[in-house]
Amino acid sequence: MSRSPAKMYPGSHRISARPSKLAERAYSRHFRFVALILFWAAPAHAEALVADLTDHLIAITTGFTGASVVLFGAIDGPGDVAVVVQGPDREMTVRRKSRIAGIWVNSQEVIFANVPSFYFVAASRPLEEIVSPATAAFYRLGVTNLEMKPGGMTPPQVVDEFVSALVRTQRHARLFSDSVSRVNFIGERLFRTTIEFPSNVPTGTYLVQVFLVRDKDVVGGQTTPLVVSKVGIDADVFGFAGRQPALYGAIAVLTAMVAGWLASLPFRSA
Amino acid sequence: MDIYLPIAEVSVDVFVLLGLGGAVGFLTGVFGVGGGFLITPLLIFIGVPPTVAVASSANQLVGASVSGVLVHWRRGNVDFKMGYVLLAGGLAGSVFGVWVFTLLKRLGQIELTISLCYVVLLGTLGALMMVESIYAQLRLHRPGVGRRKLHQHNWMHGLPLKARFRRSKLYISALLPIGLGFVVGVFSAILGIGGGFIMVPAMIYMLGMPTAVVPGTSLLQIIFVAANVTLLQAYTNRTVDAVLALVLLVGGVIGARIGSRFGTRLRGDQLRLLLALLVLAVAAKLAFDLTVRPSDPYSIAWEKT
Repeated sequence: MSRSPAKMYPGSHRISARPSKLAERAYSRHFRFVALILFWAAPAHAEALVADLTDHLIAITTGFTGASVVLFGAIDGPGDVAVVVQGPDREMTVRRKSRIAGIWVNSQEVIFANVPSFYFVAASRPLEEIVSPATAAFYRLGVTNLEMKPGGMTPPQVVDEFVSALVRTQRHARLFSDSVSRVNFIGERLFRTTIEFPSNVPTGTYLVQVFLVRDKDVVGGQTTPLVVSKVGIDADVFGFAGRQPALYGAIAVLTAMVAGWLASLPFRSA
Repeated sequence: MDIYLPIAEVSVDVFVLLGLGGAVGFLTGVFGVGGGFLITPLLIFIGVPPTVAVASSANQLVGASVSGVLVHWRRGNVDFKMGYVLLAGGLAGSVFGVWVFTLLKRLGQIELTISLCYVVLLGTLGALMMVESIYAQLRLHRPGVGRRKLHQHNWMHGLPLKARFRRSKLYISALLPIGLGFVVGVFSAILGIGGGFIMVPAMIYMLGMPTAVVPGTSLLQIIFVAANVTLLQAYTNRTVDAVLALVLLVGGVIGARIGSRFGTRLRGDQLRLLLALLVLAVAAKLAFDLTVRPSDPYSIAWEKT
């Protein structure tokens, strides 16, 4: 079953197979990861794991209230499955308020480069049971394994405070998954899990990584992109405002002027 | 029915927005105030990020003041020369204001500044209006209070660059309206207000303009200052939500129509007292939010694009 040629989304690729395709598609920031998988997985079966998403595009329209995408797949032997979904990395500034003269003022800030704007993790069993801490750290399995290092010289205990504040805030916004979600097995080989995206989901290209885990180590995997994009009028407005800010501003002003002129016209009573 | 605001990146009930625009438009119709000073805090209350609220209400203000000026222009109540001189100051002030806004945004202090300025301005304005409307009610029962002098001479009349403003029947230094325009322009950029509530009293009491030409002239320069703020905010901070501004305008137009019909029927003094209470309530809410311990002292800022 797992050997059957699965339908693949054009942008997806199997990590444990077809190195030439991999090399050309490798995202630079995941190169290290890809290279390692190749190295480790070489003796394993070529197609140890296949997986796909029910949707490769999350379209944010005017009435968008969030979306859920089902990830499903199969493995060709015993093992566990772990899934990590990461939104595009962003530079995030965390600020802390303190009370100055009776009012609450932002008084301290720490800037983190390269924090995923969205983070979801799921596994078929608790993470600590299926992978070693080193492996978990390497593949960013679990929120605690996100490498968040601020620039400059911030004392470590302050960094820890700000990191946990960042994680807490992102969890509250439902952008970081609260805990490790379940990957459910149907029988021995088929698995599935549901990824929930809230209405405030950041746009961009997401990476969905599926890992096959045996004996506390990752032995195979697959990476699939998932695009979160604004579509329709909202997307046009947003894109235009970003690409042509001067023209956008001018049109906004003109529209308001015309609307104001229309409003000043005397009403004709019906 | 929720509408997704593309720049603010939040979903808001479209009827709440229309109602908000309508309520503020109603106040415009009844009292003749711009209402920008209420739109921004109310937008912040319903969850629009303060930076977007400020920039978008400047955008909305362009439309609202165009329609206001046209009405006053038809009655011949606009002093164009004075408007342009105010505008010169206003444009410089709004450029400076947007620069300050960008700087404060980078420092993470913009939201605090917006709230603080509103507390001070609305608190002062509300208190003044309340005192004035109470006096007005008392005066009703004591007729025959002597007329004020047209204007008093003081240090301001010694300034250079004197110019004649025929429509306003004034011969004063152009530095005065330029300075006034500048101050209002700064507030306009930082708070997303037209500044009518600062401008109008200053024009009457400081410049000594005849009351009839004040609203039209004030609105004339607000159009251009608000347009300038909108352009600069769109260009430097990308915080102008045109969809939000347009929905507010639609609500505002409807509200202003209804308001102007009501305004002629209702007692002005009592309504002004109500408006004063409303303004004070908004100021009190903002002040309270500043002093109450936040549920989480930490916050995150990041570029959304």
